[in-house]
Amino acid sequence: MIEIINLTKRYGSFTALENLNLTIDKGTVFGFVGPNGAGKSTTFSILATLLAPTKGTAYVNGFDVTKNPKQVRKHIGYVPDFFGVYDQFKVHEYLDFYGASYSIPTSERKTIIPQLLELVNLTEKTDAYVDLLSRGMKQRLCLARALIHDPEVLILDEPASGLDPRARVEMRGILRELKNMDKTIIISSHILPELSEICDELGVIENGKLIANGNVNQIEHQLQAQKILMVTVKENIEQAIAFFEDDSNVLEIDQDQQNQQLLKLSYQGSDDQQVELLKKAIGVGIPILTLGQKQTNLEDIFMEITKGDE
Amino acid sequence: MDRLQALFINPVLNKEIKLRFRSFKNFLGIFLFLAVCGAVCLAFIYIETQFTHDGFTSSDSKNLFMLLSMGQLGLIVFITPGLTAGTISGEREKQTLNIMLTTQQSSTSIILSKLFSSVLFLILMLIASLPLYSIVFLYGGVSPQMVFVTFGYQLLTMLTIGSLGVMFSTISRKTMVSTITTYGMMLFLVVGTVILFFITVRLIIGFQQGSTGVSQSSNIFPYLILILNPAVAMFASFDSNMFMYEFQQLGIDWPLWKGFTLGYIAITMFSLLIAINRLRPRMRAKTKIKKKG
Repeated sequence: MIEIINLTKRYGSFTALENLNLTIDKGTVFGFVGPNGAGKSTTFSILATLLAPTKGTAYVNGFDVTKNPKQVRKHIGYVPDFFGVYDQFKVHEYLDFYGASYSIPTSERKTIIPQLLELVNLTEKTDAYVDLLSRGMKQRLCLARALIHDPEVLILDEPASGLDPRARVEMRGILRELKNMDKTIIISSHILPELSEICDELGVIENGKLIANGNVNQIEHQLQAQKILMVTVKENIEQAIAFFEDDSNVLEIDQDQQNQQLLKLSYQGSDDQQVELLKKAIGVGIPILTLGQKQTNLEDIFMEITKGDE
Repeated sequence: MDRLQALFINPVLNKEIKLRFRSFKNFLGIFLFLAVCGAVCLAFIYIETQFTHDGFTSSDSKNLFMLLSMGQLGLIVFITPGLTAGTISGEREKQTLNIMLTTQQSSTSIILSKLFSSVLFLILMLIASLPLYSIVFLYGGVSPQMVFVTFGYQLLTMLTIGSLGVMFSTISRKTMVSTITTYGMMLFLVVGTVILFFITVRLIIGFQQGSTGVSQSSNIFPYLILILNPAVAMFASFDSNMFMYEFQQLGIDWPLWKGFTLGYIAITMFSLLIAINRLRPRMRAKTKIKKKG
């Protein structure tokens, strides 16, 4: 479990993170999304005890990162956004070194390492030099490295960045397996669809502030002030337009160019108000053929709210 | 005991040794070093036996020993900064440091492992050259005690320069900066201290001779400068009369080796403490919460 309380990080006059508050329950896969420079890596560095906060704190499995960093390190597996490898190590030696760094006995390491390599699909590369692996393989190896001491919390900073589509799919598969292993995972990306598929919850961060937090539907609600209702009428389109124009929650009406009987309503009312509107429309005799809500593209909303940073 | 063992025999040290000694160029380096030392020995003996009337005497043997020892000290002063000044900053540049810092390895263990693994290569060079010293023993003039003392000087110099290198490597983000700083420090220790010593001695003696009716008191400042010079300290162990006149004028009767040993141990400990403290961030938030009322 991760609990972040009023976390603030300032570099001189620049505020990288401002009063971040967040709770991530055990076994949750939490996606941290935001444009570059939003504060994701800063948050992760503090959680990984690599950076001291200016104010506030965070707890990992009940241990304060500012007071018990050594205990926190026991409970986390950290994959940074950019990392290097020791080029003269072989894959199994690389994992063995980190296993020893967590004081795992040699006999246990001999059992764990093949299992981890199998998990990340690198069994056949066990004797290969780390430097000769592709970027995707290095990412997977780094993930295996982060799991060597069986941490309950995984902090993954942009684990899929720079990977080709196939490697991304493989990475998602591994993350699903980790999710099944009941690990608490906090993962960041600046690509929203990548996260919305695998995450239980999402947090959207911008300019160091958390602007939305919850599951995908809740995020949509928090980020989207209005929804698009698609109404098709059988006839009397003018009557329908006049009726919807009278409703104060309908902000805009757009008549489809190809299908003249289709209206797109920008609607800001609640679900209950929407039900009432539909009842009223049928009551006044508008021949509604279909009524639906346009599928929200979360990425479009995300792009819209973060466009000021580009 | 286990904790002490863990400080010196740990994964970081094992990794460093494995990576360092896996490279062929290190073995080539030792081979070339021994070849040069051997050639110097043979050339020295050849010159002494062919161009002097009394052949290769025990006095020549001592001179050869001094030549070899000073040569090795020069090597230590020249190579150690290069081996140690990139230990931490190099990991930072390779982007491997952050991962290492999130493991359970303590900062002390990481810093000591980095230092020892770097100087181990030089120690191996020194040990590998020991058979060459057997040539010196053949002709007498050098006691085994002298060899051990010289080895001790070299070891302490190596550890101190190494600690300075590791400290600068931890403080600065770039290996280039830490390497230049460490070499700059070496230049000061080897050359700057001698110049500064003579300047201060001349000033103090001149001042003492110029003032009349004032009792001469001991002035320790030039001595403190000189003990920082490893070459002078080691050479003084071969020739106890070195700088005797200056020390008498200054009223100092403490042997140079004592000051050197204590000074270098202090510098080593200070450098290592700084490096250990600066390796990881202080996680406590700097801003204090003000109490109301």
